[in-house]
Amino acid sequence: MAERKVVKRRNRHYFLWIGVFWGVLALGIGLLYFSTLKIEYVWRWYRVPQYFLYKANIEIRADIDGDVVSIKPRSSGVIVKVKGPSDSAEYTVPDQSYLRVQEGDHVFPGDIIGTYSKWKPGLLLVGLYTTLKVSIIGIIFGIFIGLVAGLARISENPAFKWWSIVYIEIIRGSPLLVQIFIWYFVLGTLINTLLAKQGLQQLPPIYYGVASLAFFAGAYVAEIVRAGIQSIHRGQMEAARSLGMTYSQAMRYVILPQAFRRILPPLAGQFISLIKDSSLLGIIAIRELTKATREIVTTSLQPFELWFVCALLYLILTFGLSMLMQYLERRFIIT
Amino acid sequence: MIRVENVSKTFFVPHEVKALDDVSCSVKRGEVVVIIGPSGSGKSTLLRCLNRLEYADTGHIYIDGVDVLDPKTDINKLRAEVGMVFQSFNLFPHKTVLENITLAQLIVRKRAKKEAIEKAMFLLEKVGIPEKANVYPDQLSGGQQQRVAIARALAMDPKVMLFDEPTSALDPEMIGEVLDVMKALAQEGMTMVVVTHEMGFAREVADRVIFMDHGKIVEVGTPEHFFTNPEHERTKLFLSQIL
Repeated sequence: MAERKVVKRRNRHYFLWIGVFWGVLALGIGLLYFSTLKIEYVWRWYRVPQYFLYKANIEIRADIDGDVVSIKPRSSGVIVKVKGPSDSAEYTVPDQSYLRVQEGDHVFPGDIIGTYSKWKPGLLLVGLYTTLKVSIIGIIFGIFIGLVAGLARISENPAFKWWSIVYIEIIRGSPLLVQIFIWYFVLGTLINTLLAKQGLQQLPPIYYGVASLAFFAGAYVAEIVRAGIQSIHRGQMEAARSLGMTYSQAMRYVILPQAFRRILPPLAGQFISLIKDSSLLGIIAIRELTKATREIVTTSLQPFELWFVCALLYLILTFGLSMLMQYLERRFIIT
Repeated sequence: MIRVENVSKTFFVPHEVKALDDVSCSVKRGEVVVIIGPSGSGKSTLLRCLNRLEYADTGHIYIDGVDVLDPKTDINKLRAEVGMVFQSFNLFPHKTVLENITLAQLIVRKRAKKEAIEKAMFLLEKVGIPEKANVYPDQLSGGQQQRVAIARALAMDPKVMLFDEPTSALDPEMIGEVLDVMKALAQEGMTMVVVTHEMGFAREVADRVIFMDHGKIVEVGTPEHFFTNPEHERTKLFLSQIL
């Protein structure tokens, strides 16, 4: 095969404009930095990592008054037995080296028996995990709700069709913030009060948060599903039905597999929105990434660094998802 | 085999038009009937009414004694007995040729997979493209796709085959290969109803020719009668325009 040399014809000022791009970017960052100096903001990036992971000091304290009667090594650690005049207690210290008492010592309530440090996830990681969790559960339920509502939307049965239209219009026509309030303060109060009357445990806010996200995403997924199905040429349905397939067989084996490929790209966009929308859940006391950042800002007083980090973490989530979707798309188009 | 009695059908979208106006005709077992006529004459609508892809407004249609228009009729069972070939092939693009032919066998006829594949390969052999079993439809030429579509319909062992302008979407050099398959099918004694503009095919293969215009059957006759000695002025005009 003859080797073909690709000659890229570029604008005369191509490299100049690349320079302009980077220059303006650097200028923007520089200006921001300069103006923060003007208001005497002190950047302390070194304070950020502790909100991802931090070394927690864990102290094991006695809560009775007594003597240490025995220290026995076990597979789970060291068992320290304290015996007082009226009661006794056992404390587990993970390792011999963490011990701060000896056999025969007298301890008072509050005395340290053992102490050690352990790596623990900081608030940012906890918030990130919660955001990821509510988003993934929301997406899974959202797809399910959307699929059902989308199929109902194109159904000829007026009950299914109108329910679907009402659902989609209500969800799309009102702000997510208001929907979250309704889920939590109206439905949540109702359900939790009813549960309490039955003597059952109440549902934590995260249930209502996930429900609001799932139903919100479901309405948009329903429209995407409907458009995807309707974009498949009607000859496909006719061909399938002419072979004797039922409507649902034709949907399942012929229409939906084809529609799925067309649905993927808009679905990816919807899920990216969902991840971002989950930032609203902080208002019903779900400690997701934004709420966590807000909490850290109030204690650390380093808002600039932390809000940038917060945005970056969202960017990582959404970018990761869009890469995954692109991979899926390629895979499904090849086969 | 097929009996059509006083069937009418009106479309309201995009505008009101009487596609079928009191049409009656019949097809005997093993007969090849070709329906011709200008576009908009209702010939495709008539064909699509036969397996209820269009629901006729009034009249009766019987296929093998089964009342097609009776809402109580199991339409899926009936459609499995009536093969249909479309102008635009309508192969399933996400499935291979083999899967296209086996899908309905597996889920409608509930055949074993091995049996379905054997049947599919036998039919692919018959339509002359067994080597294409494992490719996807978009890798085939139009003529090959239409032959696969015929094989897909035949896989259900239909009693009747309906052809809705099977060669209209094909490049001229591919029309022959599809018509050859249809001729072979006719010689085997398959009952066929064919809507086409291929007058050569009509003349050579048809037992009877039906000429339609404005939703009505204008003239019915044998090909010799029809092409050499048409009775109606409308038929004469149509033939003079296309021959």
